[in-house]
Amino acid sequence: MALDLPFIWAALIAFAVLAYVVLDGFDLGIGILFPFFREKRDRDVMMNSVAPVWDGNETWLVLGGGGLLAVFPLAYATILPALYAPIIAMLLALIFRGVAFEYRWRTKKAERLWDWAFAGGSSVAALMQGIALGALVQGIDVQNRAYAGGWWDWLTPFSLLTGLALLVGYALLGATWLVMRTTGELAERARHYALLAAIATIAAMGAVSLWTPFLKPDYLDRWFRYPTALYTVLVPLMVIGCFLVIVNGLQNKHDTRPFLAALGLFVIAYIGIGISFYPYIVPTSVTIWEAAGPDESLLFLLIGAAVLIPAILAYTAYAYWVFRGKIDPEEGYH
Amino acid sequence: MFESFDATILARIQFAFTVSFHIIFPAFSIGLASYLAVLEGLHLWTKKPVYIELFDFWKTIFALAFGMGVVSGIVMSYQFGTNWSVFSDKAGPVIGPLMGYEVLSAFFLEAGFLGVMLFGRKRVGPGLHFFATLMVAFGTLMSATWILSVNSWMHTPAGFAMNDVGQFVPTDWWAVIFNPSFPYRFTHMVLAAYLTTALVVGSVGAYHLLRRTAPLRAGTMFSMATGMIAVVAPLQIAAGDAHGLNTLEHQPVKVMAMEGHFDSHPDGAPLILFGIPNQAEKRVDYAIEVPKLSSLILKHDLNAPLNGLDTVPDELEPPVEIVFFSFRVMVALGFAMLGLGLWSLYCRFKGTLYSSDWLHRFAVVMGPAGFVAVLAGWITTEVGRQPYTVYGHLMTAQSISPISAPAVASSLIAFIIVYFLVFGAGTFYILRLMGRLPRDPHGHLGQGPIRTAGITPAPGLPDSPGGAHHHSGHGGAHHGA
Ligand code: HDD
Ligand code: HEM
Ligand code: HEM
Repeated sequence: MALDLPFIWAALIAFAVLAYVVLDGFDLGIGILFPFFREKRDRDVMMNSVAPVWDGNETWLVLGGGGLLAVFPLAYATILPALYAPIIAMLLALIFRGVAFEYRWRTKKAERLWDWAFAGGSSVAALMQGIALGALVQGIDVQNRAYAGGWWDWLTPFSLLTGLALLVGYALLGATWLVMRTTGELAERARHYALLAAIATIAAMGAVSLWTPFLKPDYLDRWFRYPTALYTVLVPLMVIGCFLVIVNGLQNKHDTRPFLAALGLFVIAYIGIGISFYPYIVPTSVTIWEAAGPDESLLFLLIGAAVLIPAILAYTAYAYWVFRGKIDPEEGYH
Repeated sequence: MFESFDATILARIQFAFTVSFHIIFPAFSIGLASYLAVLEGLHLWTKKPVYIELFDFWKTIFALAFGMGVVSGIVMSYQFGTNWSVFSDKAGPVIGPLMGYEVLSAFFLEAGFLGVMLFGRKRVGPGLHFFATLMVAFGTLMSATWILSVNSWMHTPAGFAMNDVGQFVPTDWWAVIFNPSFPYRFTHMVLAAYLTTALVVGSVGAYHLLRRTAPLRAGTMFSMATGMIAVVAPLQIAAGDAHGLNTLEHQPVKVMAMEGHFDSHPDGAPLILFGIPNQAEKRVDYAIEVPKLSSLILKHDLNAPLNGLDTVPDELEPPVEIVFFSFRVMVALGFAMLGLGLWSLYCRFKGTLYSSDWLHRFAVVMGPAGFVAVLAGWITTEVGRQPYTVYGHLMTAQSISPISAPAVASSLIAFIIVYFLVFGAGTFYILRLMGRLPRDPHGHLGQGPIRTAGITPAPGLPDSPGGAHHHSGHGGAHHGA
């Protein structure tokens, strides 16, 4: 067949994961910032700003996982056992933060408890996702279609660094989201945290980028060879550009721009990771073609995806549109 | 705590534990989503405030149950990879795309419209809001369709070939999706979800009828729920019977275990009503049986021969005790539900539906029966499939990830602690919400809903001080307790 189905699917799954990272990123970010806002009123508004959309955001994670099982079963079957502990910890953390959206409003006595569940769950989930990413970048050992490494291989200084990087990155997304969606003193404080998070994110991105090429010779080679080296040269410029937009937006109260520029930072970093990975799906053991299921499976799901993903994007956009604009703090209570 | 177990048994316990918790929420949210759509539709049509008041009451409960369903479901979708990686690698090409369709056609739909349904009534207006509710309800049914197709394929695999690395490769998607047990399992499970919800709604209605604080609201939901039970309980028994005949055709060993037939009966098998299966000695102790009835039920012929477990090698037998007992629990509850339905019909025709305290007490007690029957049914189905994951093709023992027992044991302990804590708290909040049905607006106290049905309180009347809440705007489903 003329279509390179595994390649198309790799692109689609990459898109689903990126969508997950930026969308759930900002609502996990709200949770990460929770401890810095102690007023109940502020917390109510923060949570209400994502309550109507968080479930849809998290569904991209299910698509990422489910899609992997459907079209790259070998990748699903080797990556998840390799990342056993961080994945389980992430799932448990997502339970706490997910139920907090509802539980928090159902009790006065234990409200603080569920505030902590929300903050803790969001932070641990972010950290674990970052660690899992770092462990993937380091590489996973696969033999005879099975994970062949040890149970603690995922835990290294590098993966801890990527964990922290994602944590501050999500905090940045969350803070700029608040700048965009809230008013008054809450928005002022969000501006302050957005600036701090932006600085921390860029520092972390720098550290990860400097470290990555030296993890594996493949990566080094990739980054300093034509044509990918072009991207290597552009990255620092684009990052600085995004940073300036964030700072400028925060100072001049262009409240949407910092959020968009923060998204830009994520896209830049994501493309960078893609360049390191390609053509592997399990670095550096299994390529996308080796992991792919049979064409019958890939094609069958692709037909549905071609129809349904545009529809999903349309009604998701509609849901965001319904809840657009600055949040009225009074609207939430009675 | 789990030192003496190997990784396979631990992974099985973990799967059974997490999926059993998970299925509790879908069983309720599939039915409740449809019930909410009906309530909102009735309100749009009749304009009676009681329907929208009930909608608001159940919507808050739905939000909690749905949230728990989502977080426990995400665990399921990753567990195939963490604990059952060999199964995932081999069966992924067949079941993966079906689950992919579930995400694309069901999960996104539910999640996308859930926000509008819970928080958006003021922002989008009644028509669009009703549409959002319908989409959420439709999404839950789509989800059930795909996941039950996956599950049924594991019981009655069809439409595939094997490739050279040992993977199942789809050859005919139609045959995969509509595999032989799917129509039966789907019907039986969707009816189960509707029954479960009707029992819960009926039980809450009955509880408040007994307390006599909000007879209009309580009576309306009680009447709707018992009507539903009276219709669905007999259908469910018929569907279960048909499902059993289908299983006899495709998984006869499972039926032998359900029936406790250790021996073959060449001229008519007895129906064992009760007894204690003794798998080691291959007999049922203390059996109370009706001669030839099993052949009559399964073959529609008193003297039809039925094979027993003596025709099956020991290592291919499922654990008989579990299957035997869980099946009886389900069937017994099914008949109890039928009893409730019939009793409510009797009272309805005598005009005592809203005043029969004993009927109400029975309905309160039956509230959790649906959940128990659903779990019992799944245990029958899944344990009866052992020792296979893909029936006849892939053994459970060969499906497991190359993981070490301590890793599974620690995660299992973590799941147990977290689930009991988190879902225990959630159940507590749900029960508390159920206990707080706002009073009917004044003027209706003490009157049965039948007589008051024509009289509707003025719209927008504030509720009496019982902690009532109303039409929520953005973020509005969130009221302090
Ligand atoms: C008969 C129905 C049924 C059955 C047997 C299962 N589920 Fe389920 N599931 C649902 C019916 C459902 C649902 C009603 O559609 C839920 C409940 C709450 C929700 O969001 O959707 C759901 C939620 C849900 C979610 C979260 C979706 C979201 O983010 O919105 C996932 C990932 C799964 N399920 C996965 C599974 C897996 C892997 C199962 C197999 C063991 C499974 N479910 C059994
Ligand atoms: C949702 C309700 C379900 C319940 C309560 C349930 C219950 C169980 C139980 C009790 C077991 C353990 C059996 C044993 O080891 O003896 C099991 C195993 C299993 N079930 Fe289910 N099941 C459900 C749905 C599903 C679905 C929808 C799927 C497939 C998508 C599925 C796939 C499996 C797998 C892979 C195992 C592990 C391997 C095995 O032991 O067979 N189950 N389930
Ligand atoms: C009294 C009448 C009933 C009969 C004869 C009956 C029959 C059956 C049979 C034979 C199975 C196993 C199918 C298989 O795996 O091959 C089954 C499974 C199941 N039953 Fe029932 N059942 C009855 C009542 C109920 C009730 C009242 C509920 C719940 C409210 C229920 C819920 C389930 C569920 C959830 C399953 C597992 C999913 C499936 O395989 O469909 N059943 N039932």
